[in-house]
Amino acid sequence: MFELLGIPPQVLMGQLLLGLINGSFYAVLSLGLAVIFGLLNIINFSHGAQYMLGAFVAWMLLEYLGINYWWALLIVPIVVGATGVVLEKLALRRLYHLDHLYGLLLTFGVALIIQGLFRNYYGISGLPYNIPSQLSGGQNLGFMFLPNYRGWVVVASVIVCFGTWFVIEKTRLGAYLRAATENPTLVGAFGINVPLMIMLTYGFGVALAGFAGVLAAPIYSVNPNMGADLIIVVFAVVVIGGMGSIMGAIVTGFGLGVIEGLTKVFYPAGSAVVIFVIMAIVLMIKPEGLFGRNA
Amino acid sequence: MKKTVLGALTVASFGLPAMAQDSMDVTLGVLNDRSGVYADLSGEGSVVAARMAVADFDAESKGLNVEVISADHQNKPDIASNIARQWYDQDGVDAILDVPTSSTALAVADITAQANKILIDSGAGSTQLTGEQCQPTTIHWTYDTAALAKGTGGAVTERGDNKWFFLTADYAFGHSLEEETMKIVEESGGEVVGSVRHPFPATDFSSFLLQAQASGADVIGLANAGGDTVNAIKQAAEFGITQSGQSLAALLMFITDVHALGAETAQGLVLTEAFYWDHDDETREWSARFEEEFGSKPTMVHAGVYSGTMHYLAAVEATGSTDGDVVAEWMKANSFDDPLFGEGYVREDGRVIHDMHLYEVKTPDESTGEWDLYKHVSTIPGEDAFLPMEGAGCEFVKAG
Repeated sequence: MFELLGIPPQVLMGQLLLGLINGSFYAVLSLGLAVIFGLLNIINFSHGAQYMLGAFVAWMLLEYLGINYWWALLIVPIVVGATGVVLEKLALRRLYHLDHLYGLLLTFGVALIIQGLFRNYYGISGLPYNIPSQLSGGQNLGFMFLPNYRGWVVVASVIVCFGTWFVIEKTRLGAYLRAATENPTLVGAFGINVPLMIMLTYGFGVALAGFAGVLAAPIYSVNPNMGADLIIVVFAVVVIGGMGSIMGAIVTGFGLGVIEGLTKVFYPAGSAVVIFVIMAIVLMIKPEGLFGRNA
Repeated sequence: MKKTVLGALTVASFGLPAMAQDSMDVTLGVLNDRSGVYADLSGEGSVVAARMAVADFDAESKGLNVEVISADHQNKPDIASNIARQWYDQDGVDAILDVPTSSTALAVADITAQANKILIDSGAGSTQLTGEQCQPTTIHWTYDTAALAKGTGGAVTERGDNKWFFLTADYAFGHSLEEETMKIVEESGGEVVGSVRHPFPATDFSSFLLQAQASGADVIGLANAGGDTVNAIKQAAEFGITQSGQSLAALLMFITDVHALGAETAQGLVLTEAFYWDHDDETREWSARFEEEFGSKPTMVHAGVYSGTMHYLAAVEATGSTDGDVVAEWMKANSFDDPLFGEGYVREDGRVIHDMHLYEVKTPDESTGEWDLYKHVSTIPGEDAFLPMEGAGCEFVKAG
């Protein structure tokens, strides 16, 4: 019943699943961007570098300290998030009253510096990082071979995405956060430490990038440019979803992963541009993005 | 010229050794990728290799005052052209070395011919350099896509893996590598059952790998390079492609890529290289010295820069000239016996003919160290490894 353009249903199912897996990375990364933009109004161009940092820190933990993947999953977001906190405290904080563009330029510069440093020390070819033994192998689903690790990536991403959405949209802490971005002076008057909250929010957004980096380390090449290659697509995802919309970032992340996956079957040469074509169409029809709030 | 005449006069009038009186200035420019995807396989390592050649040649005592300079061409033909022009016109560079990325190499080859200098290319792979776009002053040292296709494509097909599926990077280099390999596969009695072109660069290959898996091919040929190849192999292992009986053939892969994958993931891969550090005592000795200076093992590109520089300096010493035509003529007229590439010679069209080697990546159990990665499968004699000169479309060869 699914037979489309001569593609048998098994292949189609397989590609849908793969799209969902790739969408997981888009979702986690664009979620971090959306949190940072939605609550801080900073266009975080160093997000790709922070994702790369996540993968490298995971590698370093294993190589130098013998700490395995599972601990890395916990430790890396904290470490990478901490670097975000430092960045916020030392630099970003001074730019909140200026135009978005200044934050963008600063974070872009930081990304270039981080990538340059890693290129200098670790070279460009990348570093090996194996799939944890508990997740090696895979399941034969009939229509495709699903590596256990990919299944885990989807599960982990969905949990993290919806956990984040829940905290920001449904809890008291999230309410404070949203209120603090609307009117920091008033929220501060209620005795809430707004600068601290903003700083931790940036740290959290960055930690999400670090988390995605750990998830990516076993399956993608761990090299200094890994984030730079991905970040442009992720920005397109955020723009399509609506800048700053948490749910928009999650849904479009997974959705675009699926669309890109299908393009790889029907018209492989177009898979690199399909997301940008969608972005252009969305911007023409609904400039605030599919889930944008400021209609 | 002037200096040589002066040197000769000095000898004639005073009977003193020329070298002690008047040394000849030679400037070598290593032009390659120092920050991008090819920075590890060429980059600073090539500069180190060129300096080692100058030291090993003992240039100073032979009356050559050699300076090695370097620049980053960022894999962009326009930047490479500008640097090459400036080097030749203003900085007195006599020869340009390395130049990975075929498009930049072809641009630099033209400028070199106009300036009547020498280009010794080690990093680029296009057969055009000694084919349709050949120049009398281009020497193509290390490898080309035809040799890689011949080595890997031929060996894999003859092993009995007849049905090929190609995973090809969607740009000129990928297309030409795919085309050359398809030719070899079909000549060796194999069959191409399909191919897919992926965007360049790509991160996720699972979709393409699944298509390759469904094709029923025996072997998946990876007509891509660098990070793309690494990602594809990493994910092929993950999707159980190699375990299910399909094998992978990396058509362009350097030891730095294999090192990035690790033996665990890369084991069993078959690939063709011109040089491997652990090939024999001489390569081990040289590679140990290289590692001491540079911090990691050399790639075949680094080795090619070293050997090319040695042969170039020998030509300059013998002819007493840095004139492009004169030096090129000497380099082509005199064969070399090199610690890294063995015996070889420069063919009339500029193609350097030396043996190529087929290697298989060791399993983690066989590997005794992080760089102990290859086992030797076979040697492809230089005469068979490269395309024949006839029919390659090199103009000046036909004219001559």
